[in-house]
Amino acid sequence: MTDQPLRFHVPEPASRPGGRPDFSNVVIPEAGSVRRPPVDIDPKEIRDLAYSIIRVLDREGQAVGPWVPDLDGDALIRGMRHMMTLRAFDARMQMAQRQGKTSFYMQHTGEEAVSCAFRIALGPEDMNFPTYRQAGLLIAHDYPLVDMMCQIYSNERDPIKGRQLPVMYSSKAHGFFSISGNLATQFVQAVGWAMASAIKGDRRIAAAWVGDGSTAESDFHAALVFASTYKAPVVLNVVNNQWAISTFQGIARGGSGTFAARGLGFGIPALRVDGNDYLATYAVAQWAIERARRNLGPTLVEYVTYRAGAHSTSDDPSAYRPKHESEGWPLGDPLIRLKQHLIALGAWTEERHKQAEAEILATVIAAQKEAEGHGTLHSGGKPSARDIFEDVYAELPPHLRRQRQQSGV
Amino acid sequence: MPNCLRTCAGSVSRAGSDAMARMTMIEAIRSALDVSMGRDENVVVYGEDVGFFGGVFRCTHGLQQKYGVNRCFDAPINELGIVGTAVGMAAYGLRPCVEIQFADYMYPAYDQIVSEAARLRYRSAGDFTCPLVIRMPTGGGIFGGQTHSQSPEALFTHVSGLKTVVPSNPHDAKGLLIAAIEDPDPVIFLEPKRLYNGPFDGHHDRPVTPWSKHELSEVPDGHFALPLGKAAIRREGASVTIIAYGTMVHVAEAAAEETGIDAEVIDLRSLLPLDLDTIVASVRKTGRCIVLHEATLTSGFGAELTALVQEHCFYHLEAPIMRVAGWDTPYPHAQEWAYFPGPARVGAALREIMESR
Ligand SMILES: Cc1ncc(C[n+]2csc(CCOP(=O)(O)OP(=O)(O)O)c2C)c(N)n1
Ligand SMILES: [Mg+2]
Repeated sequence: MTDQPLRFHVPEPASRPGGRPDFSNVVIPEAGSVRRPPVDIDPKEIRDLAYSIIRVLDREGQAVGPWVPDLDGDALIRGMRHMMTLRAFDARMQMAQRQGKTSFYMQHTGEEAVSCAFRIALGPEDMNFPTYRQAGLLIAHDYPLVDMMCQIYSNERDPIKGRQLPVMYSSKAHGFFSISGNLATQFVQAVGWAMASAIKGDRRIAAAWVGDGSTAESDFHAALVFASTYKAPVVLNVVNNQWAISTFQGIARGGSGTFAARGLGFGIPALRVDGNDYLATYAVAQWAIERARRNLGPTLVEYVTYRAGAHSTSDDPSAYRPKHESEGWPLGDPLIRLKQHLIALGAWTEERHKQAEAEILATVIAAQKEAEGHGTLHSGGKPSARDIFEDVYAELPPHLRRQRQQSGV
Repeated sequence: MPNCLRTCAGSVSRAGSDAMARMTMIEAIRSALDVSMGRDENVVVYGEDVGFFGGVFRCTHGLQQKYGVNRCFDAPINELGIVGTAVGMAAYGLRPCVEIQFADYMYPAYDQIVSEAARLRYRSAGDFTCPLVIRMPTGGGIFGGQTHSQSPEALFTHVSGLKTVVPSNPHDAKGLLIAAIEDPDPVIFLEPKRLYNGPFDGHHDRPVTPWSKHELSEVPDGHFALPLGKAAIRREGASVTIIAYGTMVHVAEAAAEETGIDAEVIDLRSLLPLDLDTIVASVRKTGRCIVLHEATLTSGFGAELTALVQEHCFYHLEAPIMRVAGWDTPYPHAQEWAYFPGPARVGAALREIMESR
């Protein structure tokens, strides 16, 4: 018997503004120390992997251990350039928003490896159901930067006609499902898409994406139920960047040790990977994708990373986390780490890196000029007002025809 | 009995077999699914208890046996997941036709319906589309209490990007369901469960006539589609127009017979798209209008109909438009016949509207 009254529990992050960054809760195994099981392993045998972190790049920039992927120097340089492009793109678009050329932007700073590496592991016919923080899926698939920018500017060449908030891209041809804006809704749709592929006896697989905070949505649990029941050929990706706007990941995770561990009760094999390690991310993606393609069913992957920037252009993280928290993040910066590896391999030098940086910036600026030639949110070419009535249905129904007439467009 | 079968211009398109068969509404729905699955291997059917057993109302009975588990299967009890996966399948290129066991249980799926299925074409500028049908039994009269009796059509008609269909008989159920499955956009298909086994007219104390005695149980055997957005006039009349759909079509017909008032009864069949032309032509002819539904009154679809009739027929009206609907309460269990807007309530409205000048 206790005479203590009940206590209400609200999880708190390890440190707040004014405090010192504290990531002692993120236990980081040595690079190369986590085993690589065969893809057809019984999920019961690898439950421990949901609590570890698969890492390939060590502190010296060497690729070590069983997860070293089959990427040669050229492939790695391509990966480097994708991440550098995404970072430069972010910087320019962030600035464009500050200059009033668009309403809103969301950066990827610190998380570039996740989407850039994953895209390379995926096939051309596969489909991503992304969130707003996976533009690397487009960049690493050579989607035109100009089209991305035209979407951000909602201008006359916006492929989705000014209908969506900036960064909510859509491109079926590039395996990038239209982003909703309602968090987690697409996680379960990816499972449905994958079920359809299996029903048809095709070979295409789906990739679902969700942030740490959004795993709390019912859609996430629905997705795991359906993926587990029907063994859907889908990779269930959770990007744990530690924050959901101002809310630390512990609020969504609760008493579960990790987000990956959410898969265990469903019998879904779950891996946790260093999301700032391009090689490890690629290797784990490849493992999960192979499982899906071989009819072995879904895999849950948690990418352990850190949102180094603000949530969006409307957010100021200094109000809820230590100002220099990102400097204390123990998994470093994905671009610096891959660069160090390339240099260690002898495939890259500081000079080549600087050169590439300048080249990429010039490419991004040229794309920006071209996009702005088609208008920005508040000036220049705009999508037609007539367009607002199109695509509500395949055919304009009578009531919308009347309203379009009334609107005078 | 002037149970007029006249449908509005060009509303029946038939292909294949001209043979007719007597069907209940359940058999007609099953036949629509069967025909659709037989014609298009992209049509898949799933939901709770839908596969092996064939649905709690038996609408999918035999489909798994005929088409295999790939095409018709049981789903977990997770409406969000049923609709969410269907959105993904539709985007893939399938034509999922899913069942929500009762409309009362669609709320967990509402976000997937409103924010996803209905918006996908628009937000991707046609890059991705969502040809999806969500079937759900609606309405009361089976002592289902508040969790097996609701009529949430207004929650769908209010959403741009959705089509909402409510059949009132086996013939239409089959033709409309086939059209819904073939439609390129998401369609909500509401099945008045009290009509599954007979043309219920609201006289709950009388034995139900079986569908076999009703001419609209004559259903083409093969493929036929009724266009969405075409109403039918079930009873021609000169004095007053009753706009109804689903179960209320039969209630309206009964009330007209019993009062002897020469009412014209319009069966909307599809709420959105809406056949405004048929409504306007009828009300301009009769000069009076009663709007009828089983769903709760306030902000119901009847409010939309009333507004439209007012906008388009004001100078032809000889009396204020009246609404007869379910009371603004949850659907009670023991008192469901006090709730249900049956022939007595409709009859009273008919007499009242004929008296007003
Ligand atoms: C259903 C829903 N609820 C709330 C929001 C508002 N919102 C946008 S982003 C966000 C935080 C998401 O955090 P997380 O899932 O961790 O993704 P991250 O931004 O870190 O990539 C919230 C609450 C939303 N867009 N949709
Ligand atoms: Mg997050």
